[in-house]
Amino acid sequence: MTERSGVEVRLENLVRRYGTVTALDGLSLTIAPGELVALLGPSGCGKTTALRLLAGLEEADGGRVVIAGKDVTGLPTSRRNVGMVFQAYSLFPHMVAWENVAFGLQMRKVGAAERKKRALEALELVGLGRVANRYANQMSGGQQQRVALARALAIRPQVLLLDEPLSALDAKVRARLRDEIRRIQLEVGITTLFVTHDQEEALAIADRVGVMQSGRLEQLGPPTLVYTRPATPFVAEFVGLTNRLAGTVKGGAVEVRGVRLPLVQPDIADGPATALVRPEAVSLASRADAEEGPLVGAVLTVAFLGAVSRVTVDLGDTTVLAQMPTSAASQYPAGTKVRLELRSDPVLIQREEPVATAS
Amino acid sequence: MTAAGNPAVATSAGRPLAGGRRLSLDWLGAVPFLAYVGLFLLLPSAIVGFGAFFNADSTFTLENFGHLSRSYVVRATIDTTVISAVTALAGAALGALLAYAIVTGSPNGLLRRLVVSASGVLAQFGGVTLAFAFIASIGPAGFVYLFAQAHGLDYYAHGIWLFERSGLGLVYLYFQIPLMVLVFLPALDGIKPQWREATESLGGNTWHYWRHIAGPILFPSFLGAALLLFANAFSAYATAQALINQGQPMLSQQIAGALSSEVGAVEPGFAKAIAIEMIVIVTLVTVLYSLLQRRTSRWL
Amino acid sequence: MAVAARSTQRTRWIRLQVFRYVTFAAAAVFFLVPIGAMVEFSTRANNGSRTLEYWRSIFDYPEMIAAIVASLQLAAITSVVMLVLLVPTMVWVRLKLPGLSRIVEFICLLPLTIPAIVLVVGLFPVYIWMGSNFSDSILTLSLAYVVLVLPYCYRALDAGLGAIDVKTLSEAARSLGASWFAVMWRIIVPNISNAILNATLLSVALVLGEFTIANNLLYANLQVELVHLGRANAGVSIAVAVASLLFAFVLLVILAFIGNRPRRVRPELATALAGPLAASQT
Repeated sequence: MTERSGVEVRLENLVRRYGTVTALDGLSLTIAPGELVALLGPSGCGKTTALRLLAGLEEADGGRVVIAGKDVTGLPTSRRNVGMVFQAYSLFPHMVAWENVAFGLQMRKVGAAERKKRALEALELVGLGRVANRYANQMSGGQQQRVALARALAIRPQVLLLDEPLSALDAKVRARLRDEIRRIQLEVGITTLFVTHDQEEALAIADRVGVMQSGRLEQLGPPTLVYTRPATPFVAEFVGLTNRLAGTVKGGAVEVRGVRLPLVQPDIADGPATALVRPEAVSLASRADAEEGPLVGAVLTVAFLGAVSRVTVDLGDTTVLAQMPTSAASQYPAGTKVRLELRSDPVLIQREEPVATAS
Repeated sequence: MTAAGNPAVATSAGRPLAGGRRLSLDWLGAVPFLAYVGLFLLLPSAIVGFGAFFNADSTFTLENFGHLSRSYVVRATIDTTVISAVTALAGAALGALLAYAIVTGSPNGLLRRLVVSASGVLAQFGGVTLAFAFIASIGPAGFVYLFAQAHGLDYYAHGIWLFERSGLGLVYLYFQIPLMVLVFLPALDGIKPQWREATESLGGNTWHYWRHIAGPILFPSFLGAALLLFANAFSAYATAQALINQGQPMLSQQIAGALSSEVGAVEPGFAKAIAIEMIVIVTLVTVLYSLLQRRTSRWL
Repeated sequence: MAVAARSTQRTRWIRLQVFRYVTFAAAAVFFLVPIGAMVEFSTRANNGSRTLEYWRSIFDYPEMIAAIVASLQLAAITSVVMLVLLVPTMVWVRLKLPGLSRIVEFICLLPLTIPAIVLVVGLFPVYIWMGSNFSDSILTLSLAYVVLVLPYCYRALDAGLGAIDVKTLSEAARSLGASWFAVMWRIIVPNISNAILNATLLSVALVLGEFTIANNLLYANLQVELVHLGRANAGVSIAVAVASLLFAFVLLVILAFIGNRPRRVRPELATALAGPLAASQT
């Protein structure tokens, strides 16, 4: 089951309403052959609806779903040839692992011997050959999700759909299985849509991340770009932590506490604004016992997160979060007076009124 | 020995005594209960169990069991088994449909709460009142019959079957169906919507879902519930007695008849033998039921 | 194409709703018509008009009144004996005799597997002996009824005791100087009052509906008298049946309200509640 080239998936202007609530508001998304796109957003943003429309588990109020150039909008799930992994509890409880995996093949009228052989192969692929004869209630949550993945892949679908497959697992298993899913997806080369509310997960696994809000795609791009160049304030705030610092836009740059920073949105109108600055773009320059100034303050707390630490600095009128290697942070115990430095990465501007663009 | 035999002594003098005697003191708390159930539950059970092997002169005999081959007992055994089996299967099938209609609605909806509460009441609604209810509705003087008759449908044209076995079966359904709803609902609640969606994503349609997934998962629960319904109908007495006073078609009525026969001789030993026959059949069904439960618990 | 897909799922949904409401309607007819028919029958005059004559003449049958009084007394005595017997024993077993808990459970649930008619066979000589040595009053029936209600009351009380930490509560009370009687009366009972009410209502409902044991031990309780009277005057008999049904229904509604607090429904609980009741009453 290797060497399969993926197909292109296109969602065109999908609309889905539940009564008066619009769950999807004209979503368009093209997934390249073999690509893994993660849809990321808070609950209720429409990401799961998008996946279910692509699977055919729900019907669109408007728009089209195109898989490998073929319009499948009207096709039921069973004829779309998509593999699905659900959040949890999706294994059939009365079948052992290999029977679960073989079920889709049985539906495709594959002979019994061939069925079992391919099911065991699929279980080997996810590293679970040894639990082939266990029932779901005899497996850990992580194992169950691997079996579910094997089951989805065994039918050799054109598209793989993962609906928050890791959210019911504990942190350690989650990280390991996440990498495993990515490895297998690359190995199989299958076009994949991965839905999650966990930004770390999305950034770690995807070729491209789509951040959604209120049924619309806010930004779609490679993880690094989404993180470092968020297209909208919502993306900046949802993906990673941000400092909100008051500043003034003037002449294609923003002045924040005496420092001029370049803009993500270059053609923004002059005036007061809030700049969104990542904690990693803030560093503690030095002890500054005697100094005064807009970027001088006292360390409030130091949160140890392992390799990195997060330092909260009180600037008097506001607090700023700075993230740095733990070795660097250890020089600044709470109470130390420090001067901050802002890296001149392009920053995003947020205004109360919609961001106006200068003509 | 005296201290152990007389707990009062053990209390006053026994504070420093070791575990053995304190334990015997603790046991005292269970004595009233054990004595009571001994007298009114275990003793009667023993009377049935042993009494069946003795005749009126208190000598050992298997004669009582020999009487089980009397034609009317054999007939009652067959009739009771058939009525119990038919009402169990029909009750299970109809009750499962009703339960399915419930679970496909809102889990906390008014309709569900209403039907579940009503089932709780109706499953216990047996006996004399139930017989009256059917006599008053579809009986020869009931308004349903009068209405049907006035419109040219005389469903008693070939005899008043309400007071026969088929009528008894219909009346039994009145408590069998609600009992099925109560017993089967938890099994239906255990069905996850993901299973259906997974089936569809793997290429299966509705038929495949029922044939390969929901059907096999529910079948042991269904069969187990049907067995429970069988035992329920098999043990029933009051409804049959209140509805049918011509002859004694049910095994439970045969027991009552042998116990205090209005016409023939009283045969307490024979009553006990029929009672044992009944217990054996019910126990057999109960064992089957628990075997099925074990099978289900392997994966649930 | 989207329209086509919509219609297939819409069709499926409509089909399901049709199935559901046809099922509910059929069930409503099957289960409500017989009950309504009793009300109709008990208010039907010979000329076809409505009358309350049957209801009024209930009081013209002293045996029926006596049977009603006896059944109410039986319900009261059974409930009290059951509580006095079961509550202290179950608490004591939890505190001091955990090894006995499985045996007590087995004994309490035993009447579920013994059909009432079989129990009668065994009770017959016991009651003959009691009748000639102590009393042959109908109220002695309550001694057998306690056994009959044992499984349901055990389940109800077990659920109540399971919801509180009996051991810690009683140890705390003992450390504050309470006697065992005070522990029981001041600590345990108030905390399981719902379960006690539950068990009481269940036994009242069961006793009022009991026919098998009374009929075969030749006592005329409410249900037995209903059958007797039914042969002489069906209208009056059915009127009493409706009244007793309404009474039992009110009890069960109260029960449903008490039982409405959130808890996990165990399948075997539902089974035990439904199965044995039917077995003993039907």
